Amino acid sequence: MNDLPTPSLALAQPPPAATPPGEKPALAAVALGLLALVAAAADADVARARLSLCLALALLSGGALGWAWLAFGRSTAGWHPHDLWRRSSTSRGAVAWATGVALTGFYVVLYWFPWLLENLIRALDPASQWLRHRAADQWFLYGTFYTLAVLVLGVRALWKYRFSRYHLARTASVMFFQLGFGFLLPGLLLALQRPEYYFTYFWPLKYDYLFPGTVAQLLHGGGLGVFMVFWGVVMSFVATPVLTYFFGKRWYCAWVCGCGGLAETAGDAYRHLSDKSRQAWRWEVRLIYPILGLITLLTALLWLGASGVVPALGVVTGPLGQFYGFVIGSVFSGVVGVGFYPLMGSRVWCRFGCPMAAYLGLLQKHFSRFRISTNGGQCISCGNCSNACEMGIDVKQYAQRGEPIVRAACVGCGLCATACPRGVLNLENGPRANRLAGSTFIHADSLRIL
Amino acid sequence: MHLVIIGNGITGVTAAITARRLAPDARITLVAAESAHHYSRPALMYLYLGHLRYADVKPYEDWFWVENRLELVHAEATSVDTAARTVQLATGSALTYDYLLLATGSVVRTAGWPGQQLRGVQGFYGLPDLESMSQATQGIRHAVVVGGGLIGVELAEMLHSRGIRVTWLVREPRYWQSVLPPEESALVAAHIRSYGIDFRVATELREVLGDAQGRVRAVVTTTGQELPAEWVGLATGVQPNLALARAAGLETDLGILVNELLATSAPGVYAAGDCAQHRQPAPSEVAVEQLWYTGRMQGETVAHTICGQPTPYRRGQWFNSAKFFALEYQTYGRVPAQLAADTASFCWQHPTRQHLLRINFRRADHVVTGVNALGLRQRQPVWERWLGEQTSIGGVLAQLAAANFDAEFSRQHEPAIRREFARQFPDIAVPTPRRKGLFGAW
Repeated sequence: MNDLPTPSLALAQPPPAATPPGEKPALAAVALGLLALVAAAADADVARARLSLCLALALLSGGALGWAWLAFGRSTAGWHPHDLWRRSSTSRGAVAWATGVALTGFYVVLYWFPWLLENLIRALDPASQWLRHRAADQWFLYGTFYTLAVLVLGVRALWKYRFSRYHLARTASVMFFQLGFGFLLPGLLLALQRPEYYFTYFWPLKYDYLFPGTVAQLLHGGGLGVFMVFWGVVMSFVATPVLTYFFGKRWYCAWVCGCGGLAETAGDAYRHLSDKSRQAWRWEVRLIYPILGLITLLTALLWLGASGVVPALGVVTGPLGQFYGFVIGSVFSGVVGVGFYPLMGSRVWCRFGCPMAAYLGLLQKHFSRFRISTNGGQCISCGNCSNACEMGIDVKQYAQRGEPIVRAACVGCGLCATACPRGVLNLENGPRANRLAGSTFIHADSLRIL
Repeated sequence: MHLVIIGNGITGVTAAITARRLAPDARITLVAAESAHHYSRPALMYLYLGHLRYADVKPYEDWFWVENRLELVHAEATSVDTAARTVQLATGSALTYDYLLLATGSVVRTAGWPGQQLRGVQGFYGLPDLESMSQATQGIRHAVVVGGGLIGVELAEMLHSRGIRVTWLVREPRYWQSVLPPEESALVAAHIRSYGIDFRVATELREVLGDAQGRVRAVVTTTGQELPAEWVGLATGVQPNLALARAAGLETDLGILVNELLATSAPGVYAAGDCAQHRQPAPSEVAVEQLWYTGRMQGETVAHTICGQPTPYRRGQWFNSAKFFALEYQTYGRVPAQLAADTASFCWQHPTRQHLLRINFRRADHVVTGVNALGLRQRQPVWERWLGEQTSIGGVLAQLAAANFDAEFSRQHEPAIRREFARQFPDIAVPTPRRKGLFGAW
């Protein structure tokens, strides 16, 4: 019993976990829903396609909700992510690859081959007429799917995290903002012949809201348009620094933002897949700050051009804007950002690409009262916190040194604190004095960690 | 200076990292048979549960050792020549040292039950144990866990996660009787039973029965009952790993005997962590400490001594933590299982949910002596200060929210706790309370 054979590779590759038999009917409903969706997309008969689509959405929603209840509703409440790294769907197995390919394919079709979705779009016409007083288009289809995903899988998250009022509150918050401000209100504005405006997206994420062209258009739209411009400027340059000072970037990324909303609901099962290595962190800073710089430069150049001070700037801003819109706006935030959920985790875009996250992160790191406190010397270096971090922060490097976690990337989802089995971590807003002070219980380790 | 450390657990690694900081030019070699790199022993259960992969339980990425010039030798040390200052490795090569630190940890302790050598019967301490448990529990339906401590509850949770029916035998009349007061034991036992664990107190293992192939098939308890068991986990404690110390001719008892500088009987040889036994432990402290935290503190202390800053080992306020399935436990100061006559104990429990807070204080001057928290998180620096400054129970209860480390939006129980205190101790006044949060903490 006491001899020590060298551990075999079986440790690194544990046997895959089978799907519990009780969950199979729910999964079958999801699969049938996907089939019905394909059928609807392939059916030129509008009435039949509409029926297929309704059936598909009912099966997908019902199946997902049933699955969530079977997986979380029946067992004792608590953090029990059993078999997370043993299931094909959540450990980059065949199911994860298939899901990733399907999601990526959907985005490619949506952006560049929307005519393939024509039957689905037509099937949604009544809903679009009801909400927006106009025919559906590919973006209405996308918004519908997106909002449904946030709501249905939001209910899954509410069940899963029902033991934590913090998680209940932030999940309910992203569901509310996606449904109200990401779907209903923009549709209603269109119905009222007003500009389609998302009050929860700001420059530099929704970069064109502060482009001179958009601003001029809105200002022509009367009082509401003027308010929209005012709102955009205030949110970007006043509210964002103030709210981030008091609460950290989480007020936006984990409570309001639609991208964050999808990540916290549909992406919740994939949060552990984010890469925690130093190499990944190096890519993060190489990408996200240049992207923030690029969109800032582009916006400045556009205003310079619009002011007429420098003539013929369109030669530069035209191609630059197209490049940014294609590479960052479409490929990165959509195709990679969501398509790669099952392989690289739910926050690929937020971590590597989002200029708003970069802006909020700089504020959080240098001008905020937010930190994740480490509780004295209680850390056992188990790694559950790092594993739970969707932003790829190696949280335990700080916890095991007794240091508070003050990182630009942290979106404040709070899962590290939930996953900690020793009660070591807590998200807190407090005085900035001593914000970076470490614990007096640990002082062994002053060696570099990044 | 060449420091050779035997063992890459938390003690050895903390010593190596501390020594690197104190002696930037020293040559530091970590020798370990169990694994190529340091891993978190308390995290082993999360590998079995599927929460983490092996790479996730390594506290440092592999580049850390290279960049900090900490040499790793993945081999068993078989003997030490303390006169020639050399360590012999099983690979045939030898290492010469100026200082040697033995941080060899523990081995599983068993009671020598009949049949414990059968296949499918094992302890749970290291990677090889996890390995054999993973293989032996595949597809089984019944398992038995023996021993009412922290490893027992880990094994029960691990087996439960794979849908294996667990019968858990505990010798004492209640859970973790040597450490927890009765209310805590009862709450933890109720929590464990809520997961469907067949938790049997006052029941001991008498014998393990095998089948024709030498595999375990059942156990017999001291109550004479035969229980089916395709796997048996022995969680009846660990004892210092003395193999190398004995081979080196060091003075040993239960552990490797050390003085307050953690020096052994041989010059230049130190011992720290699970394997060390203090010759003169401080009053109310134990001679052999087998905790992650004490291992880290001893490793840090001994590195100072080795690097020319002789530092006696002083553990400071006692603290510990654990998790029983979903129920978290933290303790600061002293909360003995048996209450001393000069100490009063205030215990609050939530009427319906699983939260408990116990604060002990001296009857004479009301100074707090320790706290137990179940299902509540308490802030260590605050309790450290209260205990160190001899704060009275009234002062602590008034400021109790300052020690609240629960997540935001959690229900706050401080008013209910104060009401309960006023009911139990109507003669002791509690000043006006302060609000929760960081403002009160620092």
